[in-house]
Amino acid sequence: MTLAVDPPATQSREPRPGPIRRLKDSYRTYWYAYAMIAPVVVVLGALVGYPLVRGLYLTLTDATSLNSARTIGVNHIDATYKFVGLHNYADILWGPTAYDRFWSHFIWTVVWTVACVALHYTIGLSLAMLLNQKLRGRTFYRLLLVLPWAVPTFVTVFSWRIMLSDGGAINQVLGALHLPQPAWLEDVFWQRFTAIMVNTWCGVPFMMVSLLGGLQSIDASLYEAAEMDGASAWQRFRHVTLPGLKSVSSTVVLLGVIWTFNQFIIIFLLFGNNNPDVQILVNWAYYLGFGQQPRDFAQSAAYGVLLLSILAVFTTAYRRWLVRDDQPAV
Amino acid sequence: MSTSTLDTPSRSGPRPTATESTGRRVRRRGERSRLATVLSHAALIVAGLIALLPIAWLVLLSLGPDKNDYLHPGGIAHKASLSNYSFVLEHTQFFEWLKSTLIVACGTAFIGVLFAATTGYAVSRMRFPGYRGLMWVLLLTQAFPIAVLIVPMYQILTDLRLIDNYLGLILVYCGTAVPYCTWLLKGYFDTIPFEIDEAGRVDGLSPFGAYVRLILPLARPGLAVAAFYSFITAFGEVAFATTFMLDDSKYTLAVGLQSFISEHDAQWNYMAATAVLIAVPVSAFFYLVQKHLVTGLTAGGTKG
Repeated sequence: MTLAVDPPATQSREPRPGPIRRLKDSYRTYWYAYAMIAPVVVVLGALVGYPLVRGLYLTLTDATSLNSARTIGVNHIDATYKFVGLHNYADILWGPTAYDRFWSHFIWTVVWTVACVALHYTIGLSLAMLLNQKLRGRTFYRLLLVLPWAVPTFVTVFSWRIMLSDGGAINQVLGALHLPQPAWLEDVFWQRFTAIMVNTWCGVPFMMVSLLGGLQSIDASLYEAAEMDGASAWQRFRHVTLPGLKSVSSTVVLLGVIWTFNQFIIIFLLFGNNNPDVQILVNWAYYLGFGQQPRDFAQSAAYGVLLLSILAVFTTAYRRWLVRDDQPAV
Repeated sequence: MSTSTLDTPSRSGPRPTATESTGRRVRRRGERSRLATVLSHAALIVAGLIALLPIAWLVLLSLGPDKNDYLHPGGIAHKASLSNYSFVLEHTQFFEWLKSTLIVACGTAFIGVLFAATTGYAVSRMRFPGYRGLMWVLLLTQAFPIAVLIVPMYQILTDLRLIDNYLGLILVYCGTAVPYCTWLLKGYFDTIPFEIDEAGRVDGLSPFGAYVRLILPLARPGLAVAAFYSFITAFGEVAFATTFMLDDSKYTLAVGLQSFISEHDAQWNYMAATAVLIAVPVSAFFYLVQKHLVTGLTAGGTKG
């Protein structure tokens, strides 16, 4: 009760009493905070935690849609799947044809994530810097450039699909200019190219708006001082803009990596379930669990757990790296 | 570096320059060469066109009455009509899809903000044991691939008979909306000075009273943004909706839109019209709040 409103970083460290005593003290001091976070903890526990535990258990079994508990009409059939230990993980990581099933998708996922986030960030930053100058029609440009974010993704992806289809607009234009007309949605290389292109188009506005917010919060007098000291435009960018954007950047890049790594909807809507070569791991896991018959629940969940572990490791490493640089972003 | 803080709107104020003495033209702050301005405009126009093109294309196609018109876009101008729109509104389940979407999206927004606000306040104002852990978990739920949850959720919802049920979908969406809203609202609460809470406490409010009576009203814009974010998330989600909604009268718009392609052998013209009908109100609404959508991120970041 005493510490109800307490600005961060005024926490004093005293010699630690015994564990039960500590628990009691902490309860008495912080019960108010705990009461306030309880709803979210309960909700997340029920909606995310329980399914996660259940999913973890599934990965240790050989559950498919054929041996899971199900109800057909009035008949209830009990589950008959059995416990197989870590077999699923071993099978995915180094079983026969593991390269085709996991590693090829893994490599493509990493390429996809790096390419998309790099493009998002550089294009977003360039546009934000263009918009951050005094320029006629700035608001208009801004409204125009946020459009891909404003229109729901499931709508715009369809538009891209029409434009990129065999006799679609883009190939007609390329044909009129006597340029080669790639099979955007059929050929593996162009499929991947298309996926990255469409995702870049969709993701740039978020970066742009975030970074623009960051740019506007940089104190103008810093630029002035740099200019007085004779810094060139590049030096001002390198030594004023980039450091000023550091904390915003670190947050949006982290979010960008996480979101892109799990970006399901774009590839799903562009290519459906039938083009295995362009599926990133998330889509592949969805395909295993819901896109094929019989549905392989156990393997799908195992892919999910692997994905989550990869991201957890990445996020931890990223945070360590930020903290080492004395930039606790999250 | 600069010890004396310069007046901030310094761009407008005239400043002594070395122009006359050296004879060489020196640009003042905020001024650019003509070339740079032209290049900036050119780059922004190109980028703007790229941003606009797919959407403009969709609008154009939605006016062409035949389903193969997308192959001959040049001809649409001569026979443009609104027949696709009337077909979609009269002969498809558009309004039922809209209804399901609105129920699910509003439900998610309401529940999401309700839960996220208190926690956002708690993590913004208090440091308690387990604070870092909680923030970490909230961040990590952003990283949950749908694949890890979708199978167990499908089974749990089946057991609870919540497949094909609005409530089921709302609950599923809350799992993703609540953590992000908590982050967003924490950022927003951080921008409200601690002194306000303290003043309230001195005047005899309980901590909870200070939160409800002082902070919540001040945070109304932040709450609106969080609600909007949850709304958009639920509105545009495809994977869960495809998997958990099986009855075509309960499809959300995102699922319904796909049905034009599978069932009616690719009726692009109807699809385009539906897409435009969906996009217009959402984007209009989006523009009203877009400036605040990232406030949480940037505010949290720049405060340092």
